[in-house]
Amino acid sequence: MTPFGVYVHWPFCESKCPYCDFNSHVQDAVDQARWARALIADLAHYAADTQDRTVTTVFFGGGTPSLMAPETVAAVIQGIRDLWPCAEDLEVSLEANPSSAEIAAFPDLKAAGVTRLSVGVQSFDDAALSALGRRHDAQAARRALVGARDHFEEFSFDLIYARPEQTKDKWRQELREALTFAGPHLSFYQLTIESGTPFHKDGVKAAEGELGAALFDITQEVLGEAGLPAYEISNHARPGHECRHNLNIWRGWDYVGVGPGAHGRLALSGDGAVRDWGTHQVHSPERWLSLVESKGHGTAKRRLLDDGDRAEERVIMGLRLTEGIDRTRFQAQTGRDVLTLINPSKLAYAVGAGYVDLDKTRIAATAEGRLRLNSLLASLLAT
Amino acid sequence: MRFPFATARRRCYITPAMTTDLSHIRNFAIIAHIDHGKSTLADRLIQMTGGLTEREMSEQVLDSMDIERERGITIKAQTVRLDYTAKDGEKYVLNLIDTPGHVDFTYEVSRSLAACEGSLLVVDATQGVEAQTLANVYLALDVDHEIIPVLNKIDLPAAETERVKAQIEDVIGLDTSDALEISAKTGIGIDSVLEAVVTRLPAPKGDPAAPLSALLVDSWYDPYLGVMILVRVVDGTLKRGQRIRMMANDAAYQVDQVGYLRPKPTKVDELGPGEVGYFTAAIKRVADTNVGDTITDDRKPAAKPLAGFKPSVPVVFCGLFPTDAGDYEDLRDSLEKLHLNDASFHFEAESSAALGLGFRCGFLGLLHLEIVQERLEREFDLDLITTAPSVVYKVYRTDGVMRELHNPVDMPDPSAIDYIEEPWIKASIMVPDEYLGAVLQLCTDRRGEQENLTYVGNRALVVYRLPLNEIVFDFYDRLKSVSRGYASFDYELEGYREGDLAKVSILVNLEPVDALAFIVHKSHAEARGRQICEKLKDLIPRQLFKIAIQAAIGGKVIARETLGAMRKDVTSKCYGGDITRKKKLLEKQKKGKKRMRQFGNVEIPQSAFLAALKTGE
Repeated sequence: MTPFGVYVHWPFCESKCPYCDFNSHVQDAVDQARWARALIADLAHYAADTQDRTVTTVFFGGGTPSLMAPETVAAVIQGIRDLWPCAEDLEVSLEANPSSAEIAAFPDLKAAGVTRLSVGVQSFDDAALSALGRRHDAQAARRALVGARDHFEEFSFDLIYARPEQTKDKWRQELREALTFAGPHLSFYQLTIESGTPFHKDGVKAAEGELGAALFDITQEVLGEAGLPAYEISNHARPGHECRHNLNIWRGWDYVGVGPGAHGRLALSGDGAVRDWGTHQVHSPERWLSLVESKGHGTAKRRLLDDGDRAEERVIMGLRLTEGIDRTRFQAQTGRDVLTLINPSKLAYAVGAGYVDLDKTRIAATAEGRLRLNSLLASLLAT
Repeated sequence: MRFPFATARRRCYITPAMTTDLSHIRNFAIIAHIDHGKSTLADRLIQMTGGLTEREMSEQVLDSMDIERERGITIKAQTVRLDYTAKDGEKYVLNLIDTPGHVDFTYEVSRSLAACEGSLLVVDATQGVEAQTLANVYLALDVDHEIIPVLNKIDLPAAETERVKAQIEDVIGLDTSDALEISAKTGIGIDSVLEAVVTRLPAPKGDPAAPLSALLVDSWYDPYLGVMILVRVVDGTLKRGQRIRMMANDAAYQVDQVGYLRPKPTKVDELGPGEVGYFTAAIKRVADTNVGDTITDDRKPAAKPLAGFKPSVPVVFCGLFPTDAGDYEDLRDSLEKLHLNDASFHFEAESSAALGLGFRCGFLGLLHLEIVQERLEREFDLDLITTAPSVVYKVYRTDGVMRELHNPVDMPDPSAIDYIEEPWIKASIMVPDEYLGAVLQLCTDRRGEQENLTYVGNRALVVYRLPLNEIVFDFYDRLKSVSRGYASFDYELEGYREGDLAKVSILVNLEPVDALAFIVHKSHAEARGRQICEKLKDLIPRQLFKIAIQAAIGGKVIARETLGAMRKDVTSKCYGGDITRKKKLLEKQKKGKKRMRQFGNVEIPQSAFLAALKTGE
């Protein structure tokens, strides 16, 4: 079955974290029923053009989607089932925060149809959690993970590392604690300081360069030994327990994105040809809501991507994966060989330096190559 | 060539004067080291003889170039005609021709001195004789000057008048029994200076009836009057409307205007023998006038030119590149404008793979180079990169042909070279004896050969022969540092000698960086090559691939550094919604590459090479 994902963005948080530059907003009262109707309307708009697809994965991201009332989640999942045929093993992931109210809602979320929970733990160190502006402490994080394990077979949690003043030893220690709570999946993000965030304004410095590289290496080593190898730059799983939704996006498959600021990628036929479209919903929650209610959809932009654009995206995404890019699949998706996008002499240098593995069936960045992927991509995709 | 400042001389005043009788003229120069008080004394003399009012004096100071005031050096001629009534009741005309006094302008100094019959040797009574003073005294003696020793700053408690007098006698061999003791700052003894000029310096000689023969002392560009020429008439008269001829470049002109500088231009009808003044003649470019040339009457020319003419020849070359490639046209326009006033620097377009488009420029010396560079940056607001200065080598090829080499990039293949000659200098260094050891070591390290070593009190005078390319490398800075600023230094060019020289290329990933190539004695090649490789290693940002940085002579690598690959460069998070952001980053990276130079498998930002040149030796 050709994978087809649905992404639902819930833009609200209880508070804004000082490192976060995502589309998240703090709002006292959210009219859950109104938002559920609007999200379903936005979905229906895309469903009209994609009736031939079968939805294989759903992902609730944010913001903090665990702040959605379980009834809202249930309504949106039901809406998806009403609009498209859905795979029998439909994966429904939802991002959750470890607050007690949210932990209490885990059984209801499961009942609503969520199959996979991803908990935003970020750290097991109270001082670090407070520096990161999180509202929970390490004890709440541990409770949330026990709760997640009790209710979900598939669950994951996130940690943020390369924090200011983080040492290699402390990170090893934190990883060991993480493993005692780990399910089949984990994500580790190095702190990046994004412009416009309070961290940026305050001049907070993430561990970079040599230390950043060492912390990355430690993560690979400890998780590899624990049987949770990286399948993507920041994502680790026991084989077979990857997040299928994200995996499909990295593999270059289509997805619908609804809710404020959500992006989507759709190949649509028309005039006897199949063309790739990039879709983008209105960013601001209020404006998105009023647009959906007045026009029936929240789309700000639907942009035709030229062949090269979408193919280049697939290279950027595909080389993030340990498995790399399946050349046959790429050919089927884009109608061209992946090597036509890559500068041959730069590729030769990259292979020679041990950054890229290439054979007839696939092209992949090695562990060393993935560690330097931004520069590697800039080099390989140079015309 | 000097850098006369034109605006102060713009307005003209008409004085219906006759030419002055030879016996009532005195032409003199002032020889002094930086800071020994030459400008202050000159200002005093002008003030006392009523050349300028108090207000005009300060205006003139304000008008002079920033660089001159900051560095305390004279880089323009300050020529002034003073009217002085001596104690004998007679009226005299005193022409003071101030000189640049720097080794880069030695030839120009010698021509200014040749226009005079005598000099005042001004020595700071608290400091004593310096190397630069010595060099200029020798120039004055070469043109048979009568020299009056003047001890300045005698009002200061640190003045050691007697000791300095003894030093002048020892080092220069001048009788100091009737040396003048003054303070230009307070005015003590200034009248004695004017009186001594009249009574102790000889009057000029000359024949009013002979064909015109005048020495071209200086020239500059005035935005209103065009090219102005400073002359000293030797024989005959220079008249308004006269048709004159420049003997060296054989060009004829009609004289428009003749005058004195007091220091404002003051028009007269003619200049007679022994007189100093200016003329204009619809000459378009300063480059059409040569310091030291002889000006004569086109219809009744002198039989032979005055002795000592030499065309100006650049001795130090370097590349000047705009930091921002978009400024190339501005740089060209600015060089052309500067050249209007200073024809002694040469420039031609040059293209460098590492630095882009720029100019190869030739200068009279390192100070001249710095002055031009600084004027370009200040007056024309340009941000410049200067490649390492190079001297002029004579490359004798195996086919017997000799070529002068101005740019290391043009060095032929070693197999085509028979031998290479390099310019040598004779350097005089004065240094307190506590630093002598360090100075001798420095000279030895720089391939110096000791000629002479004498003591005056606790100060040593060392004379060394040294290759000029060792001086342009970083000799001044090193000398200053090993002597804590107490050593003074001067030199004269001596000629060419064969040297065991080689071109060292700097290679990045096996590709030469043209702008960093240099020529050096083989004994220093490895150390200098290593120095540049290490510097580049620090300046080049780590790239995706490791980078080899090498110094090589021909095919032989003499130094090598390896810059490891960058350790980590990856965006942690990239999901469906992040792809747009990721692509923007990628586009930015691609755009950035336009300012990069390709070296094998890596692109290196031009800024790394600029920094390598900017941080200097």
